[in-house]
Amino acid sequence: MSTPTDFLLWVRGPGFDIALVIFIIGVIIRLLEVLVLGRKPDQAEPRGGELGPGLRTVVTRTLPETGSFKRAPFTVIGGYIWHIGFFISLFLFVPHIELINATLGLIWPGIPSNLVDAVAAVTIVTLIAMLFSRLSHPVKRYLSGPEDYVTWLVTFLPMLTGYLAYHRMIDPYPLVLGLHILSVELLMVVFPFTKLMHAFTFIIARWYNGAMAGRRGVQS
Amino acid sequence: MSGATLERGMNAFREQMNAPIASFFSSCVNCGMCAEACLFYTETDDPKYTPINKLEPLRRVWEQEYTIWGKVKSILGLTEPVTDELLAEWEELVYDGCTLCGRCSMVCPVGNDISYMIRRAREGFVAAGYAPEGIKGASRRAITIGSPMGVKFPALAAQIKHVEADTGLSIPVDVEGVDYMALLSSMEIMNFPEYLEALARIFKQAGVSWTISSKAFEATNSGIQIGSSDIARELVSRVVSEAEKLKVKYVISPECGHAYTAIRWEGPNLIGRPYNFKVVHILELLDELRATGRIKTEGTEDDRLTFHDPCQIVRKGGVLEQPRNLLEMVTSDYVDMTDSREMNWCCGGGGGVSANERAEELRLKVFKRKKSQLDELNVDTLVTACANCRLIIEEGLEEYRMEMPVVGLTEMIAEHLVEDKE
Amino acid sequence: MADDMKRFTQTLGESLRERGVSRRGFLKFCTATASMMALPPTMVPAIAAALEKARRPSVIWLSFQECTGCTESITRSHSPSVENLIFDHISLDYHHTLQVAAGDAAEAAREAAMHENEGKYIVVVDGSIPLDNPGFSTIAGISNLQMLEETVAGAAAVVAVGSCAAFGGLPHADPNPTGAVSVSDIVHDKPIVNVSGCPPIPTVITGVLAHFLTFGSLPELDALGRPMVFYGQSIHDRCYRRPFYDKGLFAETFDDEGARKGWCLYRLGCKGPMTYNACATTKWNEGTSWPVESGHGCLGCSEPDFWDAGGFYNALSIPDSDIIRRAGVVAAAGVALGAAAGALNRSTRAKAAASHEKVTIDDLDKTS
Repeated sequence: MSTPTDFLLWVRGPGFDIALVIFIIGVIIRLLEVLVLGRKPDQAEPRGGELGPGLRTVVTRTLPETGSFKRAPFTVIGGYIWHIGFFISLFLFVPHIELINATLGLIWPGIPSNLVDAVAAVTIVTLIAMLFSRLSHPVKRYLSGPEDYVTWLVTFLPMLTGYLAYHRMIDPYPLVLGLHILSVELLMVVFPFTKLMHAFTFIIARWYNGAMAGRRGVQS
Repeated sequence: MSGATLERGMNAFREQMNAPIASFFSSCVNCGMCAEACLFYTETDDPKYTPINKLEPLRRVWEQEYTIWGKVKSILGLTEPVTDELLAEWEELVYDGCTLCGRCSMVCPVGNDISYMIRRAREGFVAAGYAPEGIKGASRRAITIGSPMGVKFPALAAQIKHVEADTGLSIPVDVEGVDYMALLSSMEIMNFPEYLEALARIFKQAGVSWTISSKAFEATNSGIQIGSSDIARELVSRVVSEAEKLKVKYVISPECGHAYTAIRWEGPNLIGRPYNFKVVHILELLDELRATGRIKTEGTEDDRLTFHDPCQIVRKGGVLEQPRNLLEMVTSDYVDMTDSREMNWCCGGGGGVSANERAEELRLKVFKRKKSQLDELNVDTLVTACANCRLIIEEGLEEYRMEMPVVGLTEMIAEHLVEDKE
Repeated sequence: MADDMKRFTQTLGESLRERGVSRRGFLKFCTATASMMALPPTMVPAIAAALEKARRPSVIWLSFQECTGCTESITRSHSPSVENLIFDHISLDYHHTLQVAAGDAAEAAREAAMHENEGKYIVVVDGSIPLDNPGFSTIAGISNLQMLEETVAGAAAVVAVGSCAAFGGLPHADPNPTGAVSVSDIVHDKPIVNVSGCPPIPTVITGVLAHFLTFGSLPELDALGRPMVFYGQSIHDRCYRRPFYDKGLFAETFDDEGARKGWCLYRLGCKGPMTYNACATTKWNEGTSWPVESGHGCLGCSEPDFWDAGGFYNALSIPDSDIIRRAGVVAAAGVALGAAAGALNRSTRAKAAASHEKVTIDDLDKTS
C-alpha cells in the first residue's frame, strides 16, 4: 500500500473480491430471508387475479400518485433526478460498460462522456439537495436515523469520486481512480445490510401490494 | 393464566411475520411520501403520524428477529428493544391515529402495503394489553352480548315490527333454504333503521328470497378493529355457522365498511377454509339487480350530490363502480370528489377509531380533510354506503357547522323504487 | 586545463556563437522551449536573454541499475536540433557511457567537477539504487548508494531521469530482487526533479535543464515530483483518438476494422487515462509519431510501478477479479446461507405460532 498504484491494484483486486463476495452473498441472504417466509394461501374467494395486477403495480408505482406528488414535489422530482442520473452514470458511461463487458460479457452502447459528466454534476447537486431536504423536512427528519445518512453517504461518494476522477481533480490519477473504486466497494458492502436493499426488494413489495389489492379487484 | 403481557405481544408480532411484511420493511427508504397520503399527518402536520412510523414496534421485531444482520446488530447493542414503554407510546398512533384506510398503501413508491401491516401489528398490541378502552369495551360487548353497541335481538325484533307496520311487508327471520341472509350493523339497527326498510322494499320488488338470522344478525366485527384474530374468528364463526345452518347461498354484507372486510376478506382466513356460501356487499347485489332489470326506479334526485367512498368497501373491498352505476340511476347532478374511488380520503372514523372515545378530538380535527373535499364541490347532499362513515361524517359536519344531509345509498335507491300496484 | 576553464567560464551565448549557431536558430530554440513549457510568447526574449548570459553549469551524470535506454534517448534528441548544442554547452563532466576517460581518470573528473563547482553543479541520475547488497551494482568499486550520497552532497539539484531513478522502475518490479529504490528514497535534502518515462522524451529532459538555465530554479512539480509543464496532462486527455473513446468506438484486436480506422485502444489495455506525459503533444523521433499513433496502447511508463499494474493489455480500471469467474460458487454459498436464514425465520414464526395463547376478552387488560 506504499504507492497510489499499489492502492489501486489492491482495490481493484482483493478489495473488489471482498466487496463482491459480501455483496452477492448478502443480497441473496436478504432476499431469501424475505421470500422463504412466504405467506399463507388466501382462503377468501378472489374477485380478481394476483399475477397481472401485481406485475402492473411493479411498473405503475414508478409514477407518483397525483395528490401526494403535489404535496411533496421536491421529494418526487429530486428522487427521479438522482435515481435516473445515478443509473445513467452507472450504466451508460463508457468505462463502466467496458468494466461490465470485461467481467460479465454484457455490452450495450454508451453515451458521450461529456453528457455523462453533465448528468453526474446534476446528480451530485441533487443528492446534496436531497440531504438538505432530509435534514429539514419535518417528516423525513423525524424518520431518519444513522442508517439514512450512512446510505446517503455511500451513494454520494461514488458519484463524487467518479466526478473527481473524470476531471482528474486529485493527483495522481491511480489514487483518485482507486478511491472511486473503493467508494463503490463501500457501497457494495453496505448495500445488503441497509435500506439500499430496496433496489431489489421493491419489486417483491410492489408485487405483493398489487397482488393483494388485485385479488380484491383493485388496481393499486 | 389470563391477561396481557409484553411476552404475549412479542409472540404475536413474531407470528405475523411473512414475506410481504419482510419485503415491505426491507424496501422502506424513509422517503416520507406515505405521510402525504395520510389525513392524520396532513391535518395535524405532526410527523409522528407518518404511516410507516406507526409500525416501529413491528419493524424492530422484524429487524431483530427476522434478519441475520439485525441479530448481529442486537448482539452489538446497536438496536433498541420493543418495550412496554414503546408500545404504550405507540398505542395512540396505531389505534387513534390510523383508520386502516389504506391510502398510504396506494402511494408508497416502493409498494409497501402499510395498512396491511398496521392491521397485523395490532395483533401484538392487543396481546400485550395496549388497546384503547373504547375498543376493548366494544369487543367485550360483541363477544358477550353479540353486538359492540350492546344491541340484542329483541331490539332488532322491535325494529322489524316497526318496519313491518310501516311498510306492510313481512321481514323473514330464521328462514331456512333462502338465497340470501342479510346482516346488519348495530348502527343500522339503532341509528339508521331506514336501511332495514329499504332492504325489505327492494327485495320485495326484485323478488329476492332472504332472511335475517336472530342469532347472527350482527355484521360488525370488533375483533378486526382491535386487531385480534382470535376474537374476530369467534365473531365471524357465528355468522358462518348460522349461514351454513340456514343453507343460504349468499350472505349480504350491509352498508358498513369493516364488516365487509371482516366477513368477505378476512373471514375465510380466520376460520381457515373457504365458505359454503358467497359474500356480497349490498351495493354489489343492488347493482346486479339493476343490471338484470329486477329493480326499477323512477325520478331522480334534484340535489347536487357526491359520494363518499367508504375505504373498506371501495379501496380495500373492490366495490368501485357499483355505487356509481346505482347513483346514475337516481341522480341528475352527481359529481365525484377530487380524490375519489380508490384514492378517496377516509372520514376519519374507520378502523375502530369511532369506537375509541379517547380519539374523538383527533378524529374531528382530521375531518377537516373531508370538509375541504366537500367545500370544493359545493354539493347539497352527501351519499355514502357505510353506516360508520355516515355517523362520523354527520358528527364532523355538525362540528364544523355545515348543513348537509348524509344519506345511505341503499335507502336512496329504495326511495325511487317504482312501487308495485298490488 | 585552460580550455576546460574557458568552457566553464564561457556563457551559453558565447559558446553558441562560437559553434556557428545563428541568432535566428537560437531564438527558434527559445520559442520552442517557451511553448513546450507553456510560457507566453512574450517570454521568449527573456528566455533568450537568460540563456545568452547563462554560465554553463557543471553536470554529473550517474548511471546505476539501468539499461542505458535513457542515455540512448537523450543522444537521439533531434528537435529542436540545437538541443545537442545545449548539451554540448552544459559542462557534462561525468557520464561513464559518453565520456572518453575511464577508470581512475573518470572518477577523478567527477571529483574535480564536484570540488570546483561545490554547491552549484547538477546531478543527473538514471537507474535505481540497490539496497539489498551493495555489490549488486558498483562503479570503480564504489557502490551506487555510496556514490550517490557522495556526489549529491555538494549538488545544487538532482534530476532523476527515467522511471528507474524516479520511481525504482523495472528493477523495482515485483519481487524487486535487488531491493531497488528511487533517488528520492535516498536523497531528502536536495531539490529533486523526476523526469519519468521508460525512457523519457528527450525534449523533456533538455526542457528541464533549459528551465534551470533560464530561471536558475527548478520548474513547478506535480505530486510525484515531475515538472507540471510536461506531466500536467494525461495522455488520454490529449490523445487524438479521444473522440472515439467518447463515442464508444473501440478497437477489439490489433488487426480489426476498428484498429485500421484508428479507434480507441482502451479495450486493448491502453493506460492513457492514468498516464501523465507529453507523448501525445511532443511525440517522438522529431515529432514523427508516438505509441498510440503507431497503433499500440500506452503502457503507462511514466507512472510509478507501471510494470506491476496488471497486464499491459488489460484496462487498469477494470477489476481483475477471480471472484467473478467463481460468482456461481459465491452465489451458491449465498443461496445455502440464505436458505438457512429463511429456515431459521420460519422456525421462529412456527415457534411463535406454537406458543400462541388464544386472546379472549378476559385477556385484554394488562396483567400487573
